[in-house]
Amino acid sequence: MVHAFLIHTLRAAKAEEGFCRVLYSCFFGAENSPNDSQPHGAERDRLLRKEQILAVARQVESMFQLQQQACGRHAVDLQPQSSDDPVALHEAPCGVFRLAPGDPFQEPRTVVWLGVLSIGFALVLDTHENLLLVESTLRLLARLLLDHLRLLVPGGANLLLRADLIEGILTRFLPHGQLLFLNDQFVQGLEKEFSAAWSH
Amino acid sequence: MLAAGTESLLRQAREVGAVELGRFCARISALLQAEDWGPDTLDALRRLFLIVAATKYSRRLEPTCVALLQAALCSPRCPERLQLLCAAVLREMAPSDSLSLSCDHAQSSRQLGLVASVLLAQGDPQQVRTVGQCVIKVLESRQSEGPSLTHLLPVVSKVASLAPDALPEEQTKALSKRLGDWLRYASVQQGAAHASGGFFSTPRARQPGPVTEMDGSVATDFFTVLSTGQRFTEDQRLNVQAFSMLRAWLLQGGPTRRGATDADDRSELEGSTVSVLSAASTASHLLPPAEWLREKALEYCQRLLEQSGRRALRKADSDLQKACLVEAVLVLDVLCRQDPSFLYRALPSLRALRTRLCGDPACARVLLPVAQFFLHHGEAAAVDADAVCQHLFTRIPSEHFHSPVLAFEFVQFCRDHLLLSGSNLDLLRTSFPNLFKFLAWSSPALTSEFVALLPALVNAGTAVEMLHLLLDLPSLTAALELQLRLLQAASERPLWDASVKAPGCLEALRDPQAQGLFQHLLRAKASGTVERLTPLHQLLQPLASCARVLQCAQAVPTLLRAFFAAVTQFADGALASQLALLLLERSDSLFQVEGYEADVHRVLSSEFPGLCRLHPPLVVERAKELLEFVGSLGGPRSTGHMLTSVVWAIGEYLSVSWDRRCTVEQINRFFEALEALLFEVTQSRPSATLPRGPPQVITVLMTTLTKLASRSQDLIPRISLLLSKMRTLAQSPAVGPVHGEDDLGAVRTRATELLNLLKMPSVAQFVLTPSMEVSQPRYHRDCNTALPLALDMVSRLLEREAGLLPG
Repeated sequence: MVHAFLIHTLRAAKAEEGFCRVLYSCFFGAENSPNDSQPHGAERDRLLRKEQILAVARQVESMFQLQQQACGRHAVDLQPQSSDDPVALHEAPCGVFRLAPGDPFQEPRTVVWLGVLSIGFALVLDTHENLLLVESTLRLLARLLLDHLRLLVPGGANLLLRADLIEGILTRFLPHGQLLFLNDQFVQGLEKEFSAAWSH
Repeated sequence: MLAAGTESLLRQAREVGAVELGRFCARISALLQAEDWGPDTLDALRRLFLIVAATKYSRRLEPTCVALLQAALCSPRCPERLQLLCAAVLREMAPSDSLSLSCDHAQSSRQLGLVASVLLAQGDPQQVRTVGQCVIKVLESRQSEGPSLTHLLPVVSKVASLAPDALPEEQTKALSKRLGDWLRYASVQQGAAHASGGFFSTPRARQPGPVTEMDGSVATDFFTVLSTGQRFTEDQRLNVQAFSMLRAWLLQGGPTRRGATDADDRSELEGSTVSVLSAASTASHLLPPAEWLREKALEYCQRLLEQSGRRALRKADSDLQKACLVEAVLVLDVLCRQDPSFLYRALPSLRALRTRLCGDPACARVLLPVAQFFLHHGEAAAVDADAVCQHLFTRIPSEHFHSPVLAFEFVQFCRDHLLLSGSNLDLLRTSFPNLFKFLAWSSPALTSEFVALLPALVNAGTAVEMLHLLLDLPSLTAALELQLRLLQAASERPLWDASVKAPGCLEALRDPQAQGLFQHLLRAKASGTVERLTPLHQLLQPLASCARVLQCAQAVPTLLRAFFAAVTQFADGALASQLALLLLERSDSLFQVEGYEADVHRVLSSEFPGLCRLHPPLVVERAKELLEFVGSLGGPRSTGHMLTSVVWAIGEYLSVSWDRRCTVEQINRFFEALEALLFEVTQSRPSATLPRGPPQVITVLMTTLTKLASRSQDLIPRISLLLSKMRTLAQSPAVGPVHGEDDLGAVRTRATELLNLLKMPSVAQFVLTPSMEVSQPRYHRDCNTALPLALDMVSRLLEREAGLLPG
């Protein structure tokens, strides 16, 4: 089961300025809140969820940086190519790691991440999922988002103000966090429908 | 760049004040009230979403605004984009007490899906139950409407996984039956093109053809996720969704009872080689829903296994084939566990699959669930389980260590199957050199996994070899880098770090001795022998600056601690002795990576006393090697952590009370060696090359020498002289600039304390060589024998003595 999807910024090296920012996050169903009936329980729960997502984003960023370091790829590689080149998604760095129970979620979870240019995409899942399917779903989501949001164009604040587009893609390709076995033709069909619904 | 614009926009969103937000809400309320679904509302809602989502603290929206958002969500006229945004805003505010949304308000199944997403995000189990019951009732009632069902199935699946008991049983059974139908009986014709309309179009001009397989040929059997076509019909979409949720459904919310068959029948079926019942699929339409679904699922999975053997025309499809293979095997595993009679139908296809996969290096990841299947159904599939485990542990890691996701899955597989049957567990344990290749390559992601796995991997037979390999882990990383440079074709994108050049390494490998050591390091199984890898370390030195090697070096201390925590649970005296010796030998023959030696010494020096505590006689057993170790130290090495802990251990355990074989000659020999070392460490001759020892080394040497003297009392005059000299040295101004005042004070105090103790030799013996009863609490509570009281008495006697003496 997919618990959450998030998009966040990625810095190439720790020394770079700035913070890791979560650009979009979505919980599919929620961990049952602990039974405390304190007056500000709801606010605290929301705060907890936001913190959990930020913790995941930071960990993805550091895994990304370590992997890039280990492969000898440095900051210079992260400069975007001209917007005509299709981003080579099947070569984009990706990885997976486990979150221990309590850190930050109550139950143990697995995180699968993908780093494209300076944006990270991550899925938070249960511990025993079909990782081949998860990886291909993540690549698919990344491709769709990059294509439709045209993130390669500088001034990528686009993503922050395009929540409807992200939601539209998620509703069709990861409905309620359900991973789907979609073959290529199926994806094309769904994408056509999506473009049609969004263009008017 | 992306960063600047994003930062400022986020900051603006966060800095929107309450008043401004109130005005904004009022504006949105006005737009929604007027049912203005134009671009202004779209823009406003996008901004509202950003404002709510950008901060982790809750934002308070006006209640009217929230009510209008909820109304828009359920309005029939509001376009999809805006409804998505309304749902997103409401979900971002979750958990929220002020939500009055309910499933009844939704007018269509698409809206119901959106409402459900908001309600499920509240984290309230009661809400989850309500949503589940509502959705499943809707599913039951709208039997024939196609598009509605595809919106609702994922909701049912999500509810079933969040709260398995939320769904009413009757409807669950009915849904299971329908899932079975969708899986098996979806249309095999492609979907019709939408009527393009227009005056000249002829209806039914082109009949859509049949669906095709991935390799382009016409479909040979029923429709599955691996069947493709230009357009898809509604029931084909349901087929895709049904398979996507199948495994979770079978495991949690779906059929859990096996129907009328009881436990006796089950064991009979397991014992027989041919199950008559399983062949009777003709009467399947009479099966109860749970069995119906299982039957259809079995047929579906077997069809997928067959389809995945075809060569897909598109790369994305061949990736999907692998994912489907994994899923099919996992579903078959679940089915066979729920109904063992399926085992005999599934085994032949799985055996054929295993043979196919073992020969195909691109399918390494699919082999893991296949192995899991064979391991779960041990009795019937023992031979297959052994064969596949053999292939997995001996071949896969050497060939695929560089793939991070496979590494993770492999290690997870090992952790999950630690309760393997005897021969496979032994195989896992002896294949640790291969497993460590994953760890050496991707240490940041896998260190915590291996820390959890180590206790199961370590056993008495392999502990020594494993410790050597752990200490050599960074050199293993370097060796793997080198191996990739050797083996990878020049045209492929390099998997190794191209920024680090390794001139001469490849040529140096041609030397047969180096080659032998290289192969030993990269061995797949525990060899039982230990090789000195120092020549190889020198060869690999240029690669020591690789980032990957550095990352591995940083992970080793954690692994060493986990190793020792595991080993000390079961190590006997002989093993503890061997390991202690290993620590001494390896402490100066480590791969030279920046910071590595210091970190490892820190860990080893804290583990060495633990080993001695486990088996105190080892100090006497290894007296010769310890003497050599102490004697060889000097110069730069004399400031190390290792020295402190070895010297402490000597002082603590070199006595007859711990091992009867301890002789006075041994004590004397150690005394001389340590005395020489102390002189060297505290040289008052200023010398640039020999740094002064840190005060801990000096004090531990003094204390140990005193302990030894208390056991061999002829040495007492020598040590007293030595201690007075130390005290004088610590007071002299010449030592000043190198050591701090506190350090010198500590040395002085310790020297004085020891001198005082030595004035009463039997007390010194009691204090410095306590017998084993001292660790009993009684010893300290009984006022006749308590140590602190004895010491107190001693010091008072001495003070009085000093006062009585003239001058």
